[in-house]
Amino acid sequence: MKTVHEDGATEERQLVTDAPPELQSPIDWALRTDRLPHIWCPGCGIGTAVVAFVEAVKEAGISLDNLSVVSGIGCTGRVAGYLDCDSFHTTHGRAIPFATGLHAANPELKVVVFSGDGDLTAIGGNHLIHAARRNVDITVICVNNFVYGMTGGQGGPTTQTGAKTSTTPFGNIDQPFNLARLAEGAGATYVSRWTVLDLGRLRRSMVEALTHRGFSFVEVVSPCPVYYGRRNRLGEAVDELRYYRENTLVVPAASVDEVDIGELGGEIKVGRFVDIEKPTLEERIAGLALELAPESKSTGGHDG
Amino acid sequence: MGKSPALSGVHFMLGDVAVAEGAIAAGCTFFGGYPITPSTEVAERMALRLPQIGGIFMQMEDELASIAAVLGASWGGRKSMTATSGPGFSLMMESIGLAVMTETPAVICNVQRGAPSTGLPTLVAQGDMMQARWGSHGHYQIIALVPWSPQECFDLTVRAFNLAERYRTPVLIMADAEVAHLTERVVIPPAGEIEIWPRKRPTLPPGPGALDLDETLVAPMPAAGEGYRLMVESLTHDDRGYPDTTATTHRQLVQRLNDKIYRDRFALYDQVERVIDDAEVVVVSYGISARISARAVEIARARGIKAGLLRLRTVWPFPEERIGELSKRLAGFVVAELNLGQVSREVERVAVDGCSVATCGNAGGDILHPKEILEAIIAVDQGLAPSRSSKLARV
Ligand SMILES: Cc1ncc(C[n+]2csc(CCOP(=O)(O)OP(=O)(O)O)c2C)c(N)n1
Ligand code: SF4
Ligand SMILES: [Mg+2]
Repeated sequence: MKTVHEDGATEERQLVTDAPPELQSPIDWALRTDRLPHIWCPGCGIGTAVVAFVEAVKEAGISLDNLSVVSGIGCTGRVAGYLDCDSFHTTHGRAIPFATGLHAANPELKVVVFSGDGDLTAIGGNHLIHAARRNVDITVICVNNFVYGMTGGQGGPTTQTGAKTSTTPFGNIDQPFNLARLAEGAGATYVSRWTVLDLGRLRRSMVEALTHRGFSFVEVVSPCPVYYGRRNRLGEAVDELRYYRENTLVVPAASVDEVDIGELGGEIKVGRFVDIEKPTLEERIAGLALELAPESKSTGGHDG
Repeated sequence: MGKSPALSGVHFMLGDVAVAEGAIAAGCTFFGGYPITPSTEVAERMALRLPQIGGIFMQMEDELASIAAVLGASWGGRKSMTATSGPGFSLMMESIGLAVMTETPAVICNVQRGAPSTGLPTLVAQGDMMQARWGSHGHYQIIALVPWSPQECFDLTVRAFNLAERYRTPVLIMADAEVAHLTERVVIPPAGEIEIWPRKRPTLPPGPGALDLDETLVAPMPAAGEGYRLMVESLTHDDRGYPDTTATTHRQLVQRLNDKIYRDRFALYDQVERVIDDAEVVVVSYGISARISARAVEIARARGIKAGLLRLRTVWPFPEERIGELSKRLAGFVVAELNLGQVSREVERVAVDGCSVATCGNAGGDILHPKEILEAIIAVDQGLAPSRSSKLARV
């Protein structure tokens, strides 16, 4: 099968839809298996994030019929389309406001935004902070590979200082976001960060996020061996995972101020940093409707 | 649900408010917007009304978010709209294309003001007509309606929602600052007399065939959460919504998206003609400019000039057959609009050789004067305006 990426790059792949049972994945039940193989490169961390997510959906008892996954554009932006739920592949950066409208329209839905760091924090960064501020009752899963994967590895607002990308050929002179701090500062009521190496903790955190009432933000630190790994001499995908194993520091109770990961080759501090309760947007909308709609009152306004 | 939220009765109402009331009468229960003159009163009215009728008003962080939220809410099962003006309309363009591609019903009202850029925030123009037609990338059909009064702000907003649902497409209301800020008599009919076209819903339960296309070229549209496992895809996709980025699928999809609207254009055309039967010069106009054109035509008639008025209430799709047919027997057209020639290009495109087309316009800031339009009518009538062929010959 030939796959053509948004940026025009093509790829040849073997079809594995009819794989024998022993080769079938335990998360097939939640996938549109007729769309496989997926487009992700060997060693990419996005697939692992999807495995953790599907298992979390199961553990949280969420029915696929009631699950909406909204993605923006990017390698991670392809996640929604592989999941056998209500899938929305929108435009670059707009997954969060699309999801906000969707969930406000029907708060019974479980709405998840699954997208990349560039999509959610560069072009869509304004929406991220405003959805956090409103405490919209949705879950945002942000795969942070420190780079724009889909378009061939350009730098972005998460690229670590000094890192080489195709648009920072001399090393990134900019400073990146600490996404946990950004989300917390904007008002997110659940904030965590894990790497794809730590599948168990990542899954548990996703369960927490999915069952959290309010805006939950899970940052998934994930290798893009093809662009970020290769250019920054992080080795092959396994080397990058080895790096995660040796340099991940679990700091569950740390303040978001202390968990910056903006230094190339530095420690990756992970944990659940925020978990608090606040009224959600949807609760406030419902509260206002209740306040305004006593039985006796007419529905009319006034003219002009 | 209980009683209809339509404000049936006779009102003295602002154009912008009438847009909001038209939306509510049509069943709109979601508004996402960002303040911008001269459309802000639509949002303010929705902020007041929607929470009282079980609807949702959301002031978003910008127009990018507004249109995205509107599309999300539409898939959440609600009739949804936004209102803006030029700068915000520009920001919405990418997601208007998303609505076209994902066949998401939505209504977008653009109250036009002087432009480019921040231009004249409080003053009128009609300079976004071509942006309405072609502003998002790619080749697509769009439906755009233009009201000339607060009454039509109401009526055409109801129609915009009906068309958005029938064709599963974004529909634009291309108002202007004058009409939107006029306060006039608006009659809102009893709820039962307002024609509402519902969303085309699947008749089969989730499973094979449930979301198949039929001869209308429009597939049924379930909401999220109903078990259909929707695949709403901005990439080129097949009929299931699965991405298939090949030239063949792309051409099929884009052709169908165009056809579902263009094929039905005769049902979409909506123009009001005055004293056209014996006319030798016809003024083509819309919105506030058409009101002034009506006066100019009256004066021309009083002076014995056989002038007529063709007022567009649907500008896109453009009634090319009617204009083409008229062009065969007319001395010419005057196109009166608050820009330097946008819809006039369409008239030029479809008029036969020898029929002259004169643009009577300005870049915005103030409405036309009947005298200017009258002068253009006289020029065309006396053969002083260039004919289409001679004009082409000049370039
Ligand atoms: C408006 C717009 N600008 C640019 C692009 C091109 N583009 C597609 S994906 C992407 C970056 C994606 O990066 P990220 O969100 O980090 O996802 P990843 O591919 O790394 O998973 C860009 C710039 C686009 N599709 N739309
Ligand atoms: S380019 Fe990077 S992020 Fe994209 S699929 Fe390949 S490895 Fe993953
Ligand atoms: Mg990325």
